[in-house]
Amino acid sequence: MKTILEGSQACAEAVRLARVQVVSAYPITPQTHIVEELAKFCSDGSLNGRFLCVESEHSAMAAVIGAAAGGVRTFTASSSQGLALMHEMLHWAAGGRLPIVMAEVNRALGPGWNLWADQTDSLAQRDTGWIQLYCADGQEVLDTTLQAYRLAEAVNLPVMVILDAFFLSHTWEPVDLPAQEEVDQFLPPYAPRFRMDTDHPQSLHGVAPIGVYMEMRRSMQLAMEAVPELLERIEEEFFARFGRRYGPVEPYLCDDADVILVTSGTAAGTARVVVDQLRAEGQKAGLLRIRMFRPFPVRSVHEVLKSALKVAVLDRNCSFGAGGIFASELRSALQGGNPVPVYSYIAGLGGRDITVETIRDCFALTRGTDRPAIESVWLGVKEELLK
Amino acid sequence: MSKSELFEERELMNTGHVGCPGCGATIAMKLALRALGDKTMVVIPACCWAIIAGNYPQSALKVPVLNTAFATTGAVCSGLRAALDLRGEKDTTIIGWAGDGGTFDIGFQALSAAAERGDDFIYICYDNEAYMNTGVQRSSSTPWGASTMTTPGASWKRTQKKNIVEIMAAHRIPYTATANIAFPEDLERKLRKARSIRSGLRFIHLFASCPTGWGFAPADAIKISRMAVLSRAFPLYEVEEGERYTINSGGDAPVYDYLRMQNRFRRLSDGDIAMIQEHVNREWERLNRKARG
Repeated sequence: MKTILEGSQACAEAVRLARVQVVSAYPITPQTHIVEELAKFCSDGSLNGRFLCVESEHSAMAAVIGAAAGGVRTFTASSSQGLALMHEMLHWAAGGRLPIVMAEVNRALGPGWNLWADQTDSLAQRDTGWIQLYCADGQEVLDTTLQAYRLAEAVNLPVMVILDAFFLSHTWEPVDLPAQEEVDQFLPPYAPRFRMDTDHPQSLHGVAPIGVYMEMRRSMQLAMEAVPELLERIEEEFFARFGRRYGPVEPYLCDDADVILVTSGTAAGTARVVVDQLRAEGQKAGLLRIRMFRPFPVRSVHEVLKSALKVAVLDRNCSFGAGGIFASELRSALQGGNPVPVYSYIAGLGGRDITVETIRDCFALTRGTDRPAIESVWLGVKEELLK
Repeated sequence: MSKSELFEERELMNTGHVGCPGCGATIAMKLALRALGDKTMVVIPACCWAIIAGNYPQSALKVPVLNTAFATTGAVCSGLRAALDLRGEKDTTIIGWAGDGGTFDIGFQALSAAAERGDDFIYICYDNEAYMNTGVQRSSSTPWGASTMTTPGASWKRTQKKNIVEIMAAHRIPYTATANIAFPEDLERKLRKARSIRSGLRFIHLFASCPTGWGFAPADAIKISRMAVLSRAFPLYEVEEGERYTINSGGDAPVYDYLRMQNRFRRLSDGDIAMIQEHVNREWERLNRKARG
């Protein structure tokens, strides 16, 4: 059924359709619309679940960890400071091999206080063992959330479904809302591989001595390595049922492109417009949107970028002292394969618009510069404010 | 009264745990599980008990255990309760089993929130009055006068122990009680009572002596715990709905006799101990006023 939904609502609808049993969350702008919607669903009975109001994000993740260990399907949502406060428990969820799904609304971290889009919050959690999927529109948020449960429950790793603050969380778009029966067939009830059970007592998440800890971590890495193929299979099934698929990366006009822009999230929509403009002007421009950041889609990026002469990466994030994070990851992923030069750009931090001009600048600078700068190039910075 | 009348037949703690000799916290778990039976799940944060049950793949406990991060006992118990309720496992008792650091300090926020939500589980703080698992550092449960590794020697702790029972009772939860490993019948009765109340959080403050951290011979673990009650340093009482107080212990032993059994108080002068005695008397009076209503 086609309807008009806010990005946050698309997420909440997916959680309802996934028949999630325990939701626990703590409010933070711009995540609130997601959890308010879910509180309403739990209250009016359209979701047969418990909404646990907790006193912090640390406890929100702890509560869903308790619930997931109890053997039910769980969800939480957070953003920015909240996600940072959760950090310890993100490790616990992943190390505990619990298939929790979380929506994470990309918002800048303070100080100074800033509510707007910026990916540094989720990227700072990249080593926690969570699968990370970055969405570009409302439909993708809904679809990805449903796929996330299949993925999480198959590999016993948690999944973060990530959407840009306001540009996606608070934007109303046409969304195809699947029927419950269809979703039920795609996503059967959760069958936990292990759970707290008085008939079969076991100790979960206890002391792991030197003799076993490393194997536990190796097992997490192997589970991550299985994700690309698994996502492909899940998406095949999703496509057969719902007619939509996204892939770990989404290439646009890359086959014959000499310069390819790599980006993620809603900036990709603007980038697509720019690629069309440049193509009309006779330039062989291409766009590669990275949807899956963890595990990093090494094989996919090799494949798509294999014949490009230059790659420009536009990051709405920064690892201070290193630069754009997608650019660093991409450079690392390309080692030993395609020696294509990677140009790194940072723009749009703290919600500053990434405009058509910003992206045209990326292409122009990349074309007009022989070699990438060592440091990331910051676009749209008001130099006078730095004096 | 025979043992079988007092406790469930089945022992739910095996030998082979890795607690220190004379560990009060280990005795506490053995008694608690005897009282509660095998339809019990235990949530354990970072604390001595995170290691006492043994390393993977062993466990000394015959009930399911969910180990969790330091600050999270209250929230994890709430999430687990929600899951069990949705699965229809309403007759399973959940206990949060945390030390004083995980209760008075880092886990307090999550505990207070679970109490406010009225979630259905029993929170047991086994109190050994410092961070023992990390090697005896002071917590906000460490009493005035005690030396620890972070209040070392003559710089012994000069602030009072937080009154966690009053704080929990102020949440108006249905049941709050103190208990002590030297009084197993009282402990068993309180845990059974706590198990039978389902209308909110139940909080048990369980005194568990620590030979390693307090400095006494392992064989004296029960004797010292008993002296804590008989000297009124740790009175046994219960609070229903945050207002009906019942005192379950008496005794008027000098607190001097209790303190002088432990190395952690060895720096105190007789004058210091007299001040502790005054404090104990004041607190006892206050408790009696509440019990009189």
